[in-house]
Amino acid sequence: MSEKNTSFTDQIWDFFCSLKLTIIIMLLLAITSIIGTVLQQNAPAAEYIQEYGQANYDLFVKLQFIDMYHSWWFIGLLGLFSVNLICCSIKNFPRVWKFVKEPQLVASPGILKNSANRAEYSVKEDAAQISRRLGDLLKKDFGKLTETEVDGKLYLFGQKGIYSRFGAYMTHLSILIVMAGAIIGNIFGYKAYVNVVEGTSTSQVWSRNGQVPIDLGFTVRCDNFDVSYYPNSRRPKDYNSDLVVLENGQEVLRKRIEVNDPLTYKGITFYQSSYGSAGNPFFKVRVTENATGKVMDLNARQREQIKLPGGYSFLISNFTQNDRQFGPAMQLQINTPDGKRGRPFAVWKKFPEFDIKRGGTFSFALIDYEEPQFTGLQVAKDPGVEIVWLGCFLMVFGSLTAFFFSHKRIWVCLETEGNKTKVQIAANAHRNQPGFSLAFDDLKQKLDATIENKSPVKEG
Amino acid sequence: MDSGTLFNLVTIAYFISMVAFFAYLAARSKSVSMVATLSAFVGLVLHTTALGMRWYESYQILGADGRAPLTNLYESVVFFTWSIVLIYLLMDLKYKQPSIGAFVMPFALFGQIGAQMWLNAGIDPLVPALQSNWLTYHVITCFLGYAAFAMACGVSIMYLIKIGKEEKFEGDPSEMPGVLGLFPPTRVMDDINYRAIMIGFPMLTLGIITGAAWANYAWGTYWSWDPKETWSLIVWFIYAAFIHARFTRGWVGRRAAWLSIIGFAATLFCYLGVNLVLSGLHSYGGS
Ligand code: HEM
Repeated sequence: MSEKNTSFTDQIWDFFCSLKLTIIIMLLLAITSIIGTVLQQNAPAAEYIQEYGQANYDLFVKLQFIDMYHSWWFIGLLGLFSVNLICCSIKNFPRVWKFVKEPQLVASPGILKNSANRAEYSVKEDAAQISRRLGDLLKKDFGKLTETEVDGKLYLFGQKGIYSRFGAYMTHLSILIVMAGAIIGNIFGYKAYVNVVEGTSTSQVWSRNGQVPIDLGFTVRCDNFDVSYYPNSRRPKDYNSDLVVLENGQEVLRKRIEVNDPLTYKGITFYQSSYGSAGNPFFKVRVTENATGKVMDLNARQREQIKLPGGYSFLISNFTQNDRQFGPAMQLQINTPDGKRGRPFAVWKKFPEFDIKRGGTFSFALIDYEEPQFTGLQVAKDPGVEIVWLGCFLMVFGSLTAFFFSHKRIWVCLETEGNKTKVQIAANAHRNQPGFSLAFDDLKQKLDATIENKSPVKEG
Repeated sequence: MDSGTLFNLVTIAYFISMVAFFAYLAARSKSVSMVATLSAFVGLVLHTTALGMRWYESYQILGADGRAPLTNLYESVVFFTWSIVLIYLLMDLKYKQPSIGAFVMPFALFGQIGAQMWLNAGIDPLVPALQSNWLTYHVITCFLGYAAFAMACGVSIMYLIKIGKEEKFEGDPSEMPGVLGLFPPTRVMDDINYRAIMIGFPMLTLGIITGAAWANYAWGTYWSWDPKETWSLIVWFIYAAFIHARFTRGWVGRRAAWLSIIGFAATLFCYLGVNLVLSGLHSYGGS
């Protein structure tokens, strides 16, 4: 019973450690990810029904294709991916750690005989002398050699680049770190947005999915919003908002943000994302009473009745930024004291003297107007983002280490045979064997020259 | 001379180079292959100059708003072809196998012709979202990666052409008759395929990370599963599978070559298909 149990758990363990599984999951993730790029995600139900029909839509809902990157099966696949990664690492790491803890200082006969890269010499010198000379020669490529004496034979061992064995583990760890960062961000952070009208402030933002209000815990005021355009073009060059952070009515931070340059306060970041008109413009109108020449500067909003002397009044019935190439213009109507509404007429900002020609009781000029705008801010709180960047850094660093460096080892066995010393050398690298073979051939030429001023006994 | 003229000269140089590589396959003459490699090199030098000049011109046209020529579809294609030739010539320094040129230069030439013929080469000012240094890092790393994958794909195609015949051929493969005899040994092609992907994969990783960093700066989300991002992840998974299959399950030869070709097909879809077929955030400015 218990034996069956262990073999069953062994099977599960082997399944999760399997690299076949890794490759299958990677390809499955690649293939399934395509769905969400073809089928629009998180659109309103009506759109799917219109395009694919009710039956297909029901199927999509059942399969969670509408929001597939958050579906149980996709998350499940990512979970399996992580479990696979963890199990593989747990299984293989001890083997790698052994290279560090217990380097193989003494070459086995197998290594000396079967290595792809080896050399053998017979030299009229004693072992200690050869060891010293080899130490000098090999230091550059294999570090300081370690001497071990066993059964009257002197063994030398040197290695370099052992850290490259950890590259793969660092890469794998980095993937888990990125995922952890993403999960932390999802649980403890939020994505929201808020529109702030110039001159107003807010202490609440709206969640991007679900539109629930979120309290910031402080207040943000927008003092001013600007769009600048490229010269002679309607292409926006920059949007800027002057934001002020207030705590208990005290100003604590002030920054002019723009696209690609956000403001961060207490882990919450405000990104410039959009803008728009916030309703009624505000006008400065100069009214001249033609009979007396009396001049009045009045403030007005659109559709607001403004009183004039003698029982008259006027209102701005319309406004445009650009009236037939003449620039901003407002449309006015005057009410006479007997309550009759006059015909609408236009007043252009560009021609302040023009309205006198109309010859009414009053003449009007548009001095200035201000169109309040709102700034559209994306708001994000993501306590996981630093962890994600740490993971990304490790991923690049780890995979470069794993790909481009290798663990190189060399073993030497010095054996006294009469008045000669037999020298056996073997070396290997855990990656890029062809390149290492070439380097070893170079080394062998140097060995030929240094160890044996004569020719080597036997080529490896 | 302006950069437009220079880009035309580049196209001509790549055309000469490709024709010469084909001629080399037909004529087996070493001097022809020298001409081919030399024109590719001259083309690359002109290309580099043209990119620099376009950068300079952007300052003349836009004043202080000038920028590196890496911002719209035209510029990205032209940078892509530059990267392909660069990676090819670097690999050629090491492997000295001119027949590969006949399978890599066409990618560069078609890209170059396509850009000259169909894409808008105007230097337009950038919308605010594109005004970021991350954009430059993002484009450079992505396209160096794509170029390495293009190289791997070209070699994989050669591999698949040769391997079947080689297995049937009795005798020394280096003495195979016809064009195939000029191809590098299959073992070498397999190695080049793998090495090109080893260069491309970390580049793509960096490309995805710089893209994520940029998105985080501009919008506050480093990953939003938009089609372009997702496709780059798909490509990444395919090459990650390639690497693991090779390291640990000994997938070499045919299977590795097919995976490399599939990977590059996905890369091309990620680059062009997503913009042409699917919709998303990356619309490459105004082109
Ligand atoms: C479920 C996910 C993964 C699993 C189970 C897994 C497993 C493995 C295993 C067992 C090795 C061999 C280690 C060794 O030779 O000592 C390996 C190698 C490697 N993996 Fe992964 N891996 C996964 C995902 C990734 C990903 C996404 C990357 C992408 C960067 C990656 C990068 C590497 C590298 C660079 C190596 C080569 C290291 C070497 O052989 O020395 N791995 N992987």
